[in-house]
Amino acid sequence: MIWNEARECMSRDEMANMQGARLRKLVSNVYHNVEFYRKKMQEMGLEPGDIKGIEDITKLPFTTKNDLRDNYPFGLLAVPQSQIVRVHASSGTTGKATVVSYTRRDIEAWQECVARDLVMCGVTKDDLIQVAYGYGLFTGGLGLHYGAENLGCMTVPMSTGNTKRLVTMMEDFGATAIACTPSYLLHIAEVIEEMGLRDKLKLKTAICGAEPWTEKMRLQIEEKLGINAHDIYGLSEVCGPGVACDCSFHKGLHIQEDHFFAEIVDKETLNPLGDGQVGELVFTTLTKEGMPLLRYRTKDLTSIDHSKCECGRTTPRISKFKGRSDDMLIIRGVNVFPSQVETALLEIEGVSPHYQMIVDRVNNLDTLEVQVEVDENVFSDEIREMENLTKKISAALQSALLIAVKVKLVEPRTLDRFEGKSKRVIDKRTFED
Amino acid sequence: MYLKQLTVFLENREGRLDNVTDVLAKNNINIVCLSLADTSEYGVIRMIVSDPEKAKAVLKEAGCLARLTDVLAISMEQKAGSLNRLTKIITEEGINIEYMYTLNSSREAGSMIIKCSDIDKGYEAVKKANLTLVDPETAYAM
Repeated sequence: MIWNEARECMSRDEMANMQGARLRKLVSNVYHNVEFYRKKMQEMGLEPGDIKGIEDITKLPFTTKNDLRDNYPFGLLAVPQSQIVRVHASSGTTGKATVVSYTRRDIEAWQECVARDLVMCGVTKDDLIQVAYGYGLFTGGLGLHYGAENLGCMTVPMSTGNTKRLVTMMEDFGATAIACTPSYLLHIAEVIEEMGLRDKLKLKTAICGAEPWTEKMRLQIEEKLGINAHDIYGLSEVCGPGVACDCSFHKGLHIQEDHFFAEIVDKETLNPLGDGQVGELVFTTLTKEGMPLLRYRTKDLTSIDHSKCECGRTTPRISKFKGRSDDMLIIRGVNVFPSQVETALLEIEGVSPHYQMIVDRVNNLDTLEVQVEVDENVFSDEIREMENLTKKISAALQSALLIAVKVKLVEPRTLDRFEGKSKRVIDKRTFED
Repeated sequence: MYLKQLTVFLENREGRLDNVTDVLAKNNINIVCLSLADTSEYGVIRMIVSDPEKAKAVLKEAGCLARLTDVLAISMEQKAGSLNRLTKIITEEGINIEYMYTLNSSREAGSMIIKCSDIDKGYEAVKKANLTLVDPETAYAM
């Protein structure tokens, strides 16, 4: 089944024409309505008229996460604030969050994309779907929710947290689909096993995203639960989940490229790369009204394939992610930058900024331990004082990162240092097959 | 009038205590007594040693986190009710005992190390009750 055959199976030429027209409109819009882009284009000697077709996209300036931070919170809006109906946010590299604003039409385009992706995963309006992503500033919950409603599914906003209740409702309601992070689904699978309910469930499809996972993990989920599992990709800066998704052939994730134009560029030179070459994924939001972005650097490393897929769709596919070109971590679906930890530690009086983050996956759930070196300023002969210190650090980190953090105090100068600097992150999770 | 207690931070893993005692032994520093407070992840070792200043310096040099803390050492008779006499006085003065441990104990007499919430007040209370304080130099040489 294909939700929007006219768009998803369009010939490459027709698609290029449509993208060209949309890009021209977009460039003219941001040039006139977003000071940041007007200045950038003028510095480069560019005027809207210089962009004639989609092939001219490489002339345009890039946008980075730092640009979003510098224009926090509403500096990049291309419409008056009164036209914004929704705001989401994700972690910034330091302190300030990355904020994204949506007009009503942006929300409509987003739910259209998610509906296409759900259908790509085999979901229909007759399905009953549990959305077990967090609801809130994070785009996962509301993004999947609106998409599923748009398709016409019976949509249950489970959010995250109470796994037993989720499984009980899965049985009682006869849920046939679930959307959550892949690691959470593995955890759910274990709870299902413990409750001895596997044979009583009607679940047949899982739509998983918000964190990197391997093909091996996908097959493991499929076997454990006897279902089909699909990978959905997105990022809040561009809209949220739904930007790309893999079909039943699992040969890469189809990009909804009438809305989001994808390029792969060399991560050092930023020169465009051809099909099959691994580089940084860059998106231009062709139809966004609220906060349109030109050539947004995702920092995700992947390759692209423009050949027609066996499923009949002509939309290009990106391969599973090969990593990131920055130091961002995704822990329980939440973006975490080591610099956030450093900023939070520096704000606590007397605490040394020497830390190490240990990321692991225990019982299929990500864990984060932050080891902090104790120094003379905070060391006390009283255990009570030391425990207060641990609590204080843990609370500060939790509020900065939005995930639970286990804090461990360690002796001074015991954390590994490389070239005079500590090795900040030890990620014990494996993403390789 | 106050004793300098040597306090060292220890991660709760193999070899950490050995490292500390090794440094002290090599520098000919005697451990008169010690008390170890532990949590699941780290411990705090409190010691009365023959030369606290030197001990702190050599441990620091060896990469350990060590500090000196003022504590009181009080002599008491080796008989029922001695400790109770001490705690009563401290309580009456509204002082909290953060921790305490034995400095020395024999058939005839004993002595305790105490860390109070307010050491000056603790000192006054002990004096007022006519209890005998152990002189720092005597304690270090025990």
